Amino acid sequence: MPTLTRLYVKTSLLYLASALVLALVLALAQATTLPVWLAAAGPTYIHLFLVGWVTQLIMGIVFWMFPKWSKERPRGNEQLAAVVYGLLNAGLLLRVVGEPARAVSPAALWGWVLALSALLQWLAGVGFVANTWGRVKER
Amino acid sequence: MPRLSVWFIRLALAYLATGFTFGALMLANKGLSFAPMLWRLRPAHIEVLLVGWMVQLAMGVAFWILPRFQASRGDVRPAWLALVLINLGIGLVALSLVVDLGGWNVVAGRVAELAAVAAFALNAWPRIKPIGQ
Repeated sequence: MPTLTRLYVKTSLLYLASALVLALVLALAQATTLPVWLAAAGPTYIHLFLVGWVTQLIMGIVFWMFPKWSKERPRGNEQLAAVVYGLLNAGLLLRVVGEPARAVSPAALWGWVLALSALLQWLAGVGFVANTWGRVKER
Repeated sequence: MPRLSVWFIRLALAYLATGFTFGALMLANKGLSFAPMLWRLRPAHIEVLLVGWMVQLAMGVAFWILPRFQASRGDVRPAWLALVLINLGIGLVALSLVVDLGGWNVVAGRVAELAAVAAFALNAWPRIKPIGQ
């Protein structure tokens, strides 16, 4: 398994654990009143789960297992794959910070944090598609 | 990789790019409030990422790697039908929810998705078997 895949997969496992911890905390809203910033973390939980865990796991496995791009570059552009990893996780972590903060603070900073998070995650998605497209081919 | 998997997986990648674009627009709007109407994309964002990206990717990879009968993947016609039906369903559901085409179009889209899963299972079910059978 390539180093980058190990990084993707282990990071995705950390997100799975984090998502489940957050789900547990959010479930406490059934029994008690949560602080506003925490109660606003519902979308954060969904995205930790589906972007941080599921999509990131898929990205790591695809990088490892999909057909070779070419003999010279079997996994396509490996630098781009590493950049995608960085963009996806930076974007997601900015969301984890920015979304609850935006719920309790009117400061413009948090709005820009969310916009930057959106841009980084979008670039990661587009980069992944661009790097994977050529590996999806008939034998 | 068989041709049908190429179709499934490339469509899944296209849905990933589309879904991430919708999501990025909505998240940026959540921060900067520049176009509140972008919230209308939310059901399409969910539909194209859950069904278009994740389910369709799983179908494409499953068709590719599930055990075969000698060199054959069995009767592949239901799997091709699944490709058509699931994309018809995703399109109907996503479009109907975003531009409000009416509830029956959403129902029709869901029926198409369900039929796609049934058609896909017709091909995949017998291929889930012990080695050597």
